[in-house]
This record gives sequence, C-alpha cells and structure tokens, in this order.
Amino acid sequence: MSKKNYKLQARDLNAYYGNFHALKGINIGMEEKAVTAFIGPSGCGKSTFLRTFNRMNDFIDGFRTEGDILLDGKDIYDKNIRVDELRKEVGMVFQKPNPFPKSIFENVVYGLKIQGIKNKAVLEETAEKSLRQAALWEEVKDNLNKSALALSGGQQQRLCIARALAISPSVLLMDEPASALDPISSAKIEELIYELKHEYTIVIVTHNMQQAGRVSDYTAFFYIGELVEFSKTRTLFTSPSDTRTQNYITGRFG
Amino acid sequence: MPHIDVEMKALQDKLLEMWDLVEYQLAGGREALLNQDVVLAEKIMKLGRKVNRYDIKIDRQCENFIALFNPLAVDLRQVLASLKINNNLERIGDTAEGISRIVTKLKEPIPQELLDATRTSEMYEKALFMFSSTRKVFLSSNTAEARLILKQDKLLNKIYRQSDKVLAKYLREHPEQIEVGLHLYNLIKKLERVGDQTTNIAEEIIFYRDAKVVRHRVKKKKKGS
Ligand SMILES: Nc1ncnc2c1ncn2[C@@H]1O[C@H](COP(=O)(O)OP(=O)(O)OP(=O)(O)O)[C@@H](O)[C@H]1O
Ligand SMILES: [Mg+2]
Repeated sequence: MSKKNYKLQARDLNAYYGNFHALKGINIGMEEKAVTAFIGPSGCGKSTFLRTFNRMNDFIDGFRTEGDILLDGKDIYDKNIRVDELRKEVGMVFQKPNPFPKSIFENVVYGLKIQGIKNKAVLEETAEKSLRQAALWEEVKDNLNKSALALSGGQQQRLCIARALAISPSVLLMDEPASALDPISSAKIEELIYELKHEYTIVIVTHNMQQAGRVSDYTAFFYIGELVEFSKTRTLFTSPSDTRTQNYITGRFG
Repeated sequence: MPHIDVEMKALQDKLLEMWDLVEYQLAGGREALLNQDVVLAEKIMKLGRKVNRYDIKIDRQCENFIALFNPLAVDLRQVLASLKINNNLERIGDTAEGISRIVTKLKEPIPQELLDATRTSEMYEKALFMFSSTRKVFLSSNTAEARLILKQDKLLNKIYRQSDKVLAKYLREHPEQIEVGLHLYNLIKKLERVGDQTTNIAEEIIFYRDAKVVRHRVKKKKKGS
C-alpha cells in the first residue's frame, strides 16, 4: 500500500464466523473527509466489514479476524485500545432506526450522559447542534420532550444520526441508513451526508446504486467476501474494470 | 432477455432503421449524381423529413431510457453513444440531402474527366464504404474494425485538400465550366463532412464498447508532451 495517510485502512483482513470465511484478504484505504460507499449483493460481507471498524462484531460468538484494521494508522484491535474510546471516534447508524424509548432529547444526549457529562447547558447545546446537523432541529425543537418513538421513520433515522454525531466522532459508519425511507426522507439523509463530509469520514452501505453515485466519492464493490473493485465512484459507475462489477451495477447478475 | 436489454434492443433497432434510411439517401445521391437523375434527387430530399422524425423519436427514446432505467456503466455509455450516433446520422442525412440538391441545380452532368481529376467518384465510393462499415461495426461491436474506419477518413481528407488546386487548374482551362466547378467543390466538401460524421459514429462505438474516448486524442497528446 502507498504511504498515504488513510483515515481508515484494512490490511490483509480476513474475518470468520466460526468456520465461515466471511471476508477474504481485504485491502483498502479510505481517505479522510471522503464518503466511501460499500455495494454488493446481499450476504457479500458489507455489514460485517463495516462493523469491524468499530468492533461491533466483538459481541458475536465465534467471530474473529486476521490482519489489521487501522484508524488514523493505529491498529484498533490492539490490546491498548479501549473499545468505548474507539466507539466515541467511530459512530454508527443502522439500517433500521433504533431510537431508545425515551424522549428526543434523552436520545440525543444518551452517549454524553454515559460519558458522565451532566452539565445541562453542555447537554442542551450539544443536542441542538447535533439535531441541526442531522437536519431535524426545525421539526422537533418545540417537542424535545416528546417520545422519540412518536417520530416518523425518516425522523427517527435522522435522530439516530444526531445521536451518533452528539459524541463528536470523526468517522460515521452508516449501514443502509435510508433503505427504509421514502424519497424525501432519503434525499434529506443524502443531503446530510453531503454536508457532513466536510467534517467526517463517512462509510455508507447501500443497495441503491443511484444513491451510492450521488453521495460517495469512492465506491467499493464486494462479492462473496472479496473486495472486487475499489475506485472513484464516477469511474466505477461509468467504466468499471471488472465484469462482475459491471454485471452487478447494471442488474445483470445471477 | 432482461427488460433493460429489451428496451436497449428497441433503441438499437430504431437506430438501425434510421441508418438504412440515411444509407439509402447517401447511396441514392451517388446514383443521382452519376446519372444526373433529378427525379431520384428530389425523392432523396423528401426523405429528409422522415429522417427528422426518426431523430426526434430516438432522442425521446434515449431520454425515457435514462429516466426510467437509470443506466450505468456499459448501458449508460451505450445510451449516451446512441444520442450522439443519432445526431450524426441526422447530419449525414442532411448532407446527403444537400448532395441531391446540388444534383437538382446542375444543368448538365459533371464531365467525367473532371470527376476523375478531382477523384470525386473515388471519394464518394470511400465515404459510402466507411458508412456501411460503421453500421456493421455497430452490430458486431468489433472496435478493432472501428479503429480501421478512423484511418480510412484520412484518404477523404487528403482528396479534399488536393481538390481545390485540381479544380482551379481545370477551371482556368475551362472557364465556361465555372458554375459546374463551384457545385462540384461544394459536393466534395460535403463528402469530406460525411467522412467526419461517420468517423464520429465510429468513435462513439469505441467509446461505449471499450470505455475509451478517441476523440481529440491527437490534440491531447501534443499538449501532454
Ligand atoms: N452473526 C453471524 N453469524 C454467522 N454468520 C453471519 C453472521 N452475520 C453474518 N453472517 C454471514 O456472513 C456473510 C456476510 O454477511 P453480512 O451481513 O456482512 O452481509 P451484507 O453484505 O451486509 O448483506 P446484506 O446486503 O443482506 O445486508 C453472510 O453469508 C452471512 O450469512
Ligand atoms: Mg448488511
């Protein structure tokens, strides 16, 4: 690999669920403050790979990795790394919005409270900032004490993004963040990603090729655990170099 | 066949129909010229309207295809190439119409010795051959052959570049033929254009098949070195 300073990097990464070889020799480097999209058929390992960047897979019985995952050049599986510190740096948004059954406000400041921050002014300030960044503030500012579960799906997803942003990570992992949303909410999330990339390094898994095209700078195509092609999004979607990529993005697989 | 391929095939078929029409205009123009056949020339000119209808129809088909199928990679390149091929076919049709218009303006056939001296027949032959080869390449996707077509255009350019001197010499010797000479020069210019427009089509085929842009390549090279 080049000497480039990548924000996120995987080197000869292999991952296993028990005997199942889920990721096969992945090498990739993702630039800071760029959006990288992961695409590929269902079951190819996108979510597995995404979750290795904040060690979400650690919970899964029988899961293990070989090779390196680096954040700012540091191995995140190193013994000296504290997973809670890592998750402050690397936030995550899931496919299905998963707000806690608490108020909107409590949802956003949840991470901060866990960190022991009690100062009301700090919490309020962070909540507003994060909700603004997530383009939700205007819709909820008068109802911050309302239950988060009373929000629409699209609003809930933006709330989860606000919750992820509140702990000020530098990396945002998004696993199909807009797949359950209508075109308007989906467009809002895309606009948000476009705004957020000035400050964050973003990795997004999506099954929507047009969405990948619109939001990402780089695209990685995975196929049965392998990274088949990784290039500038505009190159991958106009002239992919691997026929498997071409077949997949033009819908001619299988 | 996947739905997207069915639609792409329909687009390709429409282009091929237009191609046949324009080829008829071009080949008919040659007949009309060599036989001073004004009736045929007028028929060819009338066909222009039909070609224009194809042009509009194909444009719309491409637009719908992009809006409805969100094509990517080779599909995207093919529909973009189809737009440009359509555009060039329409212009070749126009040029063929122009050739026929010249025939209707001629009061008598162009003298054979003048056609020979300017190599007009040879040029017309070559332009027609290039045009029909491009259609074959469009169907076969053989981009190596498409590249050969680009080379053939050089001969047309050469004949065109030499024609003014040849014509000037002839007209100094036959000043009474000045009007015929002007028409002929106009015709040669049109044939040179057919060569260019056919070359454009061949380049588009290479673009969508090989994802390579061959246009302006020479200029870029000069800048780079
Ligand atoms: N907890 C688990 N235990 C065992 N195998 C798993 C587990 N999670 C995922 N896998 C397997 O690993 C492979 C990759 O799964 P992963 O969820 O990463 O795919 P994906 O690319 O995200 O698919 P999708 O697009 O459907 O979300 C699949 O074959 C899956 O069955
Ligand atoms: Mg997944």
